[in-house]
Amino acid sequence: MFNKILLASDGSEFAVRATEEAIEIAKCNPKTVIHVVYVSEDSKSDVLQNWNTLGVQEQRKQLVRPSVEKIENADIKYEIEFLHGEPGPSIVKHANENNFDLVVVGSRGRNRFQELVLGSVSHKVAKRANCAVMIIK
Amino acid sequence: MNTVKHHWFGNIKGDVLAGLVVALALIPEAIAFSIIAGVDPMVGLYSSFLIPVVIAFVGGRPGMISAATGAMALLMVDLVAEYGLQYLLAATILTGILQIVFGYLKLARFMKFIPRSVMVGFVNSLAILIFMSQIPYIFEQDWVVLALAAATLVIIYLFPYISRAIPSTLVAIVIITTFTMFSGTNVYTVGDMGTLTQTLPVFLFPEIPLNLETLSIIFPTALALTVVGILESLLTASIVDDMTDTDSNKNRESKGQGVANITAGFFGGMAGCAMIGQSVINVKSGGKGRLSSLVAGIVLILLIILTGNIVVQIPMAALAAVMVMVSISTFDWSSIRNLRVVPRTDSIVMIVTVVVVVYTHDLSIGVFAGILLSAIFFVSKISKVDVDSHFNKQDQVRTYVITGQLFFASVTEMIDKFDYQEGLSSIKLDFTHAHIWDDSAVAAMEKIVNKFNDNGTEVEITGMNEASTLLVNKMKDKLSSH
Repeated sequence: MFNKILLASDGSEFAVRATEEAIEIAKCNPKTVIHVVYVSEDSKSDVLQNWNTLGVQEQRKQLVRPSVEKIENADIKYEIEFLHGEPGPSIVKHANENNFDLVVVGSRGRNRFQELVLGSVSHKVAKRANCAVMIIK
Repeated sequence: MNTVKHHWFGNIKGDVLAGLVVALALIPEAIAFSIIAGVDPMVGLYSSFLIPVVIAFVGGRPGMISAATGAMALLMVDLVAEYGLQYLLAATILTGILQIVFGYLKLARFMKFIPRSVMVGFVNSLAILIFMSQIPYIFEQDWVVLALAAATLVIIYLFPYISRAIPSTLVAIVIITTFTMFSGTNVYTVGDMGTLTQTLPVFLFPEIPLNLETLSIIFPTALALTVVGILESLLTASIVDDMTDTDSNKNRESKGQGVANITAGFFGGMAGCAMIGQSVINVKSGGKGRLSSLVAGIVLILLIILTGNIVVQIPMAALAAVMVMVSISTFDWSSIRNLRVVPRTDSIVMIVTVVVVVYTHDLSIGVFAGILLSAIFFVSKISKVDVDSHFNKQDQVRTYVITGQLFFASVTEMIDKFDYQEGLSSIKLDFTHAHIWDDSAVAAMEKIVNKFNDNGTEVEITGMNEASTLLVNKMKDKLSSH
């Protein structure tokens, strides 16, 4: 069954809903590990915005916090991973290279404008990932 | 030894490919920045060959690309216009020396005193200045130039949808140059802006009189170049750190920038620093090690030597359009969205930094103005001192509770917050929630006590923390010894 689940999280409410579904699936199999993956698109902007603060990485950990807390409460094994690049291709590459069994993504993210211009992340992942993909509406 | 090997040969294929991409993307920028500074295109090209090659060996951040930059070019304009190229080369060497000193004194740690809003302002004003410098080449010409520039931008932004293997700026420049060469369109080209010598740079000592007058001419420019060069290099290093999830040695990088600039100055190149845009391109193209910087520099000079006669045919319109793209990607667009989110004083600091830079054309002045304004805002924010009081009827004692930071900027207001005329026989001053920072605060305390005493009121001081007590005792001894 699904031993290795990639959960894409950007801190949005869609990501939180995706987390809940990922947890439901993970409960079926005690061996399951959920990898919470956050993709940062713009290092320049992130570094600038977090200059003199706790640091960029702390900021990102805060963003995936809602997802991580839910998984912790459900007592499921997890790992947090941070990727850099465009969200869609980065998630696909990570999923294909690391033999994930399932990718769980929200149907929408935080940035509606980008979705309009570049197409949705979930669509790209569903099209190109080599494993099962679950899109949460 | 292992890390050295890893830095150089840990990623040969990725580094060589990324180095090629960066070399191609560097050429138009090096030429454009030379034109901004007011020197021959060769000066920027030599610097964009020498700096990445030297940095490959002595830099502190593998994967980062340094070369001739817009931020530095903008600081040179006046020096070049008034005194010429030789003084610029001397200023470049002096910049390098100052940066090495900066590195040895480990001054990188003072970067934390530059507030976030000033860094954002720095980046944004740099973008605006680069854009403004291109206006004459695009908008003050005829419609043909405008159309060529527009076509270049369209190719730059749409070509990535076809292929991402070749940099779209190169594709755009090749297409537009080919078009103008074969259609016989008569527009300004790179060749009109200066000569392009297809030779390797040679060692030359700048032809300047070695005296104090020369030093006084080049020192202000060199100092500004030092500050801006280090600032942009360390910002870029942090960005590359983040993109690659690795750490880097900032003091070594400062020294490396210095060595690279000294080399550039002696071989006829202008001062440069790390480039945010090129470093991002490098990392995204797979470059992580020292090799990519070396490859970028060497490929750049080979391309100029082999294809220099074609490079001079590049229309200025296409080059200016590339610079417009550079300024768009340099600008921190999220800062506009954040204007309403971040504290208002932060937004004011950011905008003031931008306005000062755009007005003076000097990034270093803008940064200092921004730091100064942030300091003033900080002082005024922290200088709010509250004085609350409650009256104990049984003992007939009023207790004043003082909350806040007591220092030179906050004490004058505080003194007026006590009622000296109440006519009580004793009062208490509670300093549990206050901290006394300097002699002004101690003097103010004594003044308050004296004022109460003059009105026949005894004063008892309570709750002073250890640091404050220590300072008060020290100051008292000092004051009484006078």
